[in-house]
Amino acid sequence: MSILVNKDTKVIVQGFTGKEGSFHAEQCLAYGTKIMGGVTPGKGGQEHLGLPVFNTVRDAVLATGATVSMIFVPPAFVSDAVMEAADAGITMAVIITEGAPVKDMMYAKAYATKKDMMTIGPNCPGIITADECKIGIMPGFIFKKGNIGLISKSGTLTYESANQVVKEGFGITTAVGIGGDPIIGLSYKQLLPMFEADPETKAIVMIGEIGGDLEIQAAAYIKEHITKPVVAFIAGQTAPEGKRMGHAGAIISGGAGTAAEKMAALTAAGVTVVVSPADIGKAVAQVMKNL
Amino acid sequence: MNIHEYQAKELFAKYNVPTLRGHIAFTAEEAVKAAQELGGSIWVVKAQIHAGGRGLGGGVKLARSTGEVREVAQQIIGMNLVTHQTGPEGKLVQKVYVEEGADIQKEYYLGILLDRAREMPIMMASTEGGMAIEDVAHNSPEKIIKVEIDPITGFQGFHGRKLAFGLGLPKEDVNTFVKFASALYNVYMDNDAEMIEINPLVKTGDGRFLALDAKMGFDNNALYRQEHVHEMRDLSEEEPTEVEAGKFDLSYIKLDGNVGCMVNGAGLAMGTMDTINYEGGKPANFLDVGGSANATTVAKGFEIILKDPNVKAIFVNIFGGIVRCDRVANGIIEATKLTNVNVPVIVRLDGTNAIEAAEILRNAGIKNIIAATDLADGAKKAVAAAKGE
Repeated sequence: MSILVNKDTKVIVQGFTGKEGSFHAEQCLAYGTKIMGGVTPGKGGQEHLGLPVFNTVRDAVLATGATVSMIFVPPAFVSDAVMEAADAGITMAVIITEGAPVKDMMYAKAYATKKDMMTIGPNCPGIITADECKIGIMPGFIFKKGNIGLISKSGTLTYESANQVVKEGFGITTAVGIGGDPIIGLSYKQLLPMFEADPETKAIVMIGEIGGDLEIQAAAYIKEHITKPVVAFIAGQTAPEGKRMGHAGAIISGGAGTAAEKMAALTAAGVTVVVSPADIGKAVAQVMKNL
Repeated sequence: MNIHEYQAKELFAKYNVPTLRGHIAFTAEEAVKAAQELGGSIWVVKAQIHAGGRGLGGGVKLARSTGEVREVAQQIIGMNLVTHQTGPEGKLVQKVYVEEGADIQKEYYLGILLDRAREMPIMMASTEGGMAIEDVAHNSPEKIIKVEIDPITGFQGFHGRKLAFGLGLPKEDVNTFVKFASALYNVYMDNDAEMIEINPLVKTGDGRFLALDAKMGFDNNALYRQEHVHEMRDLSEEEPTEVEAGKFDLSYIKLDGNVGCMVNGAGLAMGTMDTINYEGGKPANFLDVGGSANATTVAKGFEIILKDPNVKAIFVNIFGGIVRCDRVANGIIEATKLTNVNVPVIVRLDGTNAIEAAEILRNAGIKNIIAATDLADGAKKAVAAAKGE
């Protein structure tokens, strides 16, 4: 078991024939993901990586039965691509592209929600179910199969955490990189219940960072609804106020969105909060021992 | 990206958001000329820097004659203005905005920003004009009225009325206020703004609403399609090293510690700073070298970190995923040849081909490169090296 994606998930790639899209589609294929083809307007009918290219998402869905789209189009075209996927009946779009305007995502997400399409990202590494399906740009080999669910705003901290978990002798069910933009798709609050319901997941790691209040919402949700142990790390304890720390959403403004307030809320919700990210693996080992 | 008050007011004017007339001046002479052109008998001379709290710091002054305009402009231009938002080092004032006077009857606050939880803009108004909105939110949150505006439908009359009646405006002022708020919403949406703050918004004796101050920030991701906004960028208001790093697509932020950090990925970069702090040291910077981490970017990273004389050691923390660690190791060796790195460099490479990478670094025999096995080990070694241990 896993959440959201597995070995049977059929995926298409929007921005398939571009440099990034090609490279990562190939990596995903090598991992075993069922990439069915891709979309590049104007290149319909061609073949790329041995797979069909379509002009529209609708054509791709009709021909392949894909339900998930992995999006690599340039930032200026992201909202268009997301809305096209939603319109074509895709059930989940994984948006890898970094640098999409906030206003565009505001419209795209509202449209996706109306069309019942889930989104992950933008500006994220994607989603991976260990040994089954990788939809994104993460190095697959780190994610050994196991019983830990992982949710993270940061790409490299996802790899760091997964690596530590594996070094402690455990592994991952599904890891979701939710992205560090101000407006994102699926977040902790939607993903936590999925991990709670997944029989294979025994514990959950959540990586947050400064800015916004998604981690505070997650803490409230965990307190009420999550019975599985949760280990958390919040990046940016040493970040200065008013500075954007790489991610568009990682900013403390007007004294709000600090690591301290998020860590306090999570601790109060019964989450094991580590101060140093180097202790994530050890904390997971500890909560697993206590099960 | 932020802009100056006078630039924000130029934008306001295009959208019929009422402001006072004013001119920008770089010298006291220009300030006097501006006052003469504006006419009248009272002017306000305002320092133009990207920080709030200018009035309290002595950067906004009233003048009742052109002689006084000259006098206060001389005081303000060239001063090092310290406010609660500039930090103790303050900011050099290079220009002033000379504005006509106004008959102020009452001060309010009006702002728009993105509500990340609701995923739409919210407009906020308060009767506590002139006070920091964070303080009002903290001390008397009931004095802030908020409306969320669905971008699909846009600003409606009821949004404005809710704010106007919430502020307790007399009914003859409601329509004027609603028009003002509606025009401001258009400024926000059309220009991909991230926030607009008018503090204070004033009502004058003759019943007009005016933006007495204006603060605007923009979504950097949208600057490509907002050329007129991008042109307003004032690089002299930004940290020079951060601007320099930006030219090479490196995301750098200067901090006040002595352990330099070079990391791939923003989250891990913040996490590395936190680990250094946890191990008893203080990070000198945030630096995300991005996904590629090749010799050129690493060399540039070293160069930028070493511009800060406080740096006593550098912690290179790379988690190689798609990018292979052996390549990064070669990049680091190459970079040390391109730049004179005269402090200990602690290198932690993990992920793809980490073992080969360690071998490459060992064989290179560069004496100030110290290998680390993991994140904690690297942070410990970097903190110790910075302390001269």
